[in-house]
Amino acid sequence: MITVKEVKRSLLVSLWFVFLTFPLMVIKVNPYERTVSWRWRNMVYVAIGTFVITLLAKAWFARKEKRMARQQDSCHLRLPIIQRILQKPGYRNSLAVFLLGAALAFPHLFSTYQANIMTTALMYIVLGLGLNIVVGVAGLLDLGYVAFYAVGAYSYALLNLHFDLGFWTVLPIGGLLAALFGVLLGFPVLRLRGDYLAIVTLGFGEIIRLILENWNAFSKGPSGISNIPRPGFFGLEMSLDQAMIYMYYLMIGLLLVTIFVVNRLQDSRLGRAWLALREDEIACQAMGIDKTRTKLIAFSLGAFWAGLIGVIFAAKTTFVNPASFTFMESAIILSIVVLGGMGSIVGVILGALILVLLPEYLRALSEYRMLAFGAILVAMMIFKPEGLIANVRRSYCYHGKKSNTALKNDE
Amino acid sequence: MDYFIELFCSGLTRGSIYALIALGYTMVYGIIGLINFAHGEIYMIGAFTSFIVATVLSIYGFPLAAIVVVAGVAAAIWSSAYGYTVEKIAYKPLRHAPRLAPLISAIGMSILLQNYVLLAQTSDFLPFPELIPEFSFVEPIAHIIGSSDIVILLTTTVVMLALTFLIKFTRIGKAMRATAQDRTMALLVGINVDRVISATFIIGSALAAIGGLLIASHIGQINFAIGFIAGIKAFTAAVLGGIGSIPGAVLGSLILGLTESFATGYISSDYEDVFAFSLLVLILIFKPSGLLGKAETKKV
Amino acid sequence: MKLTMRTNSLVTAAAVALVTMLPIAGFAGDTIKIGVAGAHSGDLASYGLPTVNAAKLVADELNAKGGVNGKKVELLIEDDVCKPEVATNSATKLVSQGVDAVIGHICSGATKSALPIYKAAGIILISPSATNPELTQSGDYPNFFRTIASDDMQAKAEVDYALNVLGVKKIAVIHDKGDYGKGLAEFAKGFIEKSGKGEVVLFEGVTPGAVDYSAIVQKIRQSKADAVIFGGYHPEASKIVSMMRKKRMDTIFLSDDGVKDDTFIKVAGKDAEGVYASGPKDNSKNPVAQAAIAAHKKAYNSDPGAFYESAYSAALAILNAIEKADSTEITAVTKALRTEKVETPVGNIHFDERGDAVGVGFAMYQVKNGQYVEVK
Repeated sequence: MITVKEVKRSLLVSLWFVFLTFPLMVIKVNPYERTVSWRWRNMVYVAIGTFVITLLAKAWFARKEKRMARQQDSCHLRLPIIQRILQKPGYRNSLAVFLLGAALAFPHLFSTYQANIMTTALMYIVLGLGLNIVVGVAGLLDLGYVAFYAVGAYSYALLNLHFDLGFWTVLPIGGLLAALFGVLLGFPVLRLRGDYLAIVTLGFGEIIRLILENWNAFSKGPSGISNIPRPGFFGLEMSLDQAMIYMYYLMIGLLLVTIFVVNRLQDSRLGRAWLALREDEIACQAMGIDKTRTKLIAFSLGAFWAGLIGVIFAAKTTFVNPASFTFMESAIILSIVVLGGMGSIVGVILGALILVLLPEYLRALSEYRMLAFGAILVAMMIFKPEGLIANVRRSYCYHGKKSNTALKNDE
Repeated sequence: MDYFIELFCSGLTRGSIYALIALGYTMVYGIIGLINFAHGEIYMIGAFTSFIVATVLSIYGFPLAAIVVVAGVAAAIWSSAYGYTVEKIAYKPLRHAPRLAPLISAIGMSILLQNYVLLAQTSDFLPFPELIPEFSFVEPIAHIIGSSDIVILLTTTVVMLALTFLIKFTRIGKAMRATAQDRTMALLVGINVDRVISATFIIGSALAAIGGLLIASHIGQINFAIGFIAGIKAFTAAVLGGIGSIPGAVLGSLILGLTESFATGYISSDYEDVFAFSLLVLILIFKPSGLLGKAETKKV
Repeated sequence: MKLTMRTNSLVTAAAVALVTMLPIAGFAGDTIKIGVAGAHSGDLASYGLPTVNAAKLVADELNAKGGVNGKKVELLIEDDVCKPEVATNSATKLVSQGVDAVIGHICSGATKSALPIYKAAGIILISPSATNPELTQSGDYPNFFRTIASDDMQAKAEVDYALNVLGVKKIAVIHDKGDYGKGLAEFAKGFIEKSGKGEVVLFEGVTPGAVDYSAIVQKIRQSKADAVIFGGYHPEASKIVSMMRKKRMDTIFLSDDGVKDDTFIKVAGKDAEGVYASGPKDNSKNPVAQAAIAAHKKAYNSDPGAFYESAYSAALAILNAIEKADSTEITAVTKALRTEKVETPVGNIHFDERGDAVGVGFAMYQVKNGQYVEVK
């Protein structure tokens, strides 16, 4: 399986890494006492570690190449097992029912703490699905998605503080306000292309956060707003545990609604227009699609969902401050979408579960947690660049002379 | 008037540092169309390497001139090595992947490198040795412009000239321009595109390392997190000037540096970054591909 | 049917696993469970980990003496990375594990988001480091106590020193836009204006991590301030001080206990000379503090870190109150915290109606020959 040549190459790679990591891994200076400690042992670890990793990666790529060579014909692409399940309505429905049952039973099987974490994960799923409309379906790279999330969170916090409005009143208001911000931002910048749009949205996200941080009279500045009430249920008094479980079911409900809407949207006239716009703007305009309007709708719909989740976020933590809405948050949500597989709903769900639950369960690794997180992001992209569950495009195959019926690959 | 000159000088210094980092962004973007989010970390690694080398040398009692040269060279070498390796690991396998995959990989790389330095070294702030001596001729105007400002401005100018020469007249520079224009065509005329991409990463990283060394000795401290904000700002500057354009990156950086400096001086530093980003949005609204960027026209 | 059976067996397996793990965790009811929450990883870990050490040492010491009222003290340690949204998760986890009281959280923001959860569960929180005044002054959190003085007291100490001892008139107030720094700066501004003795000539925030601060330093010079009061942490402070000295300004620099850290002196080097910083009263002559530091050196072979003494005090105070109240029930413990005085590293303390410790205070320090020296 592993040839001598590959071992040699891996040795070279590990030598290179020994050189690369030499100053940072081996030398440690203490500038106060003016001493230098040489940690040669680290060098050995680096050498062995990179050697093993290189060998494994090489083996993986060799296997992948073989597999690719075997299936030249795109129509006979052997799909991964999850996708094969998803494509059979029978399997898919029973899987969905099972998952729903598991989700409903979850808080009763595990502790409130687990339910609480799961609520966070559900929030990120919905955020991912919202961003998926913008990035995955319409192809607009948005690096400032967190701004809309912040608009939602602060609209609940502020409206509650000043006007004593309740959760259920603010929920739609927060969403609509965020959507309005989406339109306001989108109008001037949507004619920018790809990466210019990315940096402008990033800048917008930062602007919103900085305003919240500096404008004390409006937002109470960096010390934030506390004592935001949790959502009520027809005026029922709830204990903490009940409130959390209620929150969990609320999120399950919202998630179902979101999945339903997003799913229907993708097959709608609008959804098709988004897909077409993502693939070729010029052709789209030639076909008579109103480019600006279509993009704006995608942008504001994405923002709407972020606003909804923002309101829920404020209600869940009962406290908001600008520190929760940094660029890293946008990057995590974007990673959810890309990692899961752009444009794929199941992918986004999986991506969110991995990215949100991973750091929570990686706590055992303590200080190596974020290192592992970064490494996993890179590795996932290298090994599965199209995401965990690639969105299978509808494709039609013509099967030679055997029959003249077109087979639908999807569904 | 003095105040204006002071702000102008500090804006130029800041702009020069942005420029050194922004060049790496713009060159990489010009060639493979990727926002290299890990570039800020490369700058940080450059600064950290020079910190380690300079401190070790000063502990063993080398003269200042030798320390400056060796630390500078070491920073450039190791930063380039990191830039090269990052490209090979995180971007090269993704050259034909969907457009956003390398972006996520870059974000992952950024988190990875930051935490790698945190774990391999320390989370504390460390004092950076004073590599730029206080020149006596600066003393009368030290309140306006310090010797480190002068060194930063001079170094940046020299580096820019050298880079322009490299891009305009050398073989590799021509190959880079050809690849940036049309990668497939460059392949067809026999340019080793992989090598050109590697060279781009190496040059960009070396520039960032010089920036890292200069700024660290200017402000006198360093830690593992300095790359993030500097990276974002430099990227903004690159886009402002028109990403992909080398003079654009320099112009954008200077404008950004001056804007921030004057906004702080005449309005308020509370909203320094708000002004920087608003300027970006304004310019992009009126010139959608940046100040010196080529307008993209697509033929059908 | 099959499905339910599988879930059942899963539950059974989980239950078996839990039961086998129980002996390690100790039996519920027989121990006093104290939660320790704060940043134990990430960039603020250095502020949170000393508290864990302090709690462990206090618990070990009491357990060696037979525990509190015959019950062993058991610690449950949870990381919140100082993020409000994570803090609610840590808090829920601690509540669901049935803690009797919590030492923490470390950051004010995380504390604010976690407090309602503890309040609803009737659990007392005692923080060694959350200094935001609102926590005690708003009256929203009857279950909150702290062993550190609040930001407004600190700002008052700084302003009094600047105006009355140093006699400066024009003051520039600079902050780092953070929860702690900006809050402190705002109090300082308020106190200066109220005193009528001085004038705030500049009130601005700097961006932490920005490439350099020369523009803001120029602005300080332009404002002709006699002194700068800075609210924030030492990395920004040392950058600003160094830049001021580089620009040949000898403006007086006063700051807070985020700067009263030896790292500041180490990083700023000779530029640190003459800088004033407020910090907790010097306790080095207090025998309890000496014992606490000696215990840390013995156990971990290193000097204790930030907030160690106040964390040690928090642990002593809450366990003392539980012992005196002979119960873990919230009203009894609250009463004990308010009435029973206890000897701690930060002094002989008890707590007032709002939850602030009575008996701790601030002193001003100045850097002289590379060391913080208390000044009168």
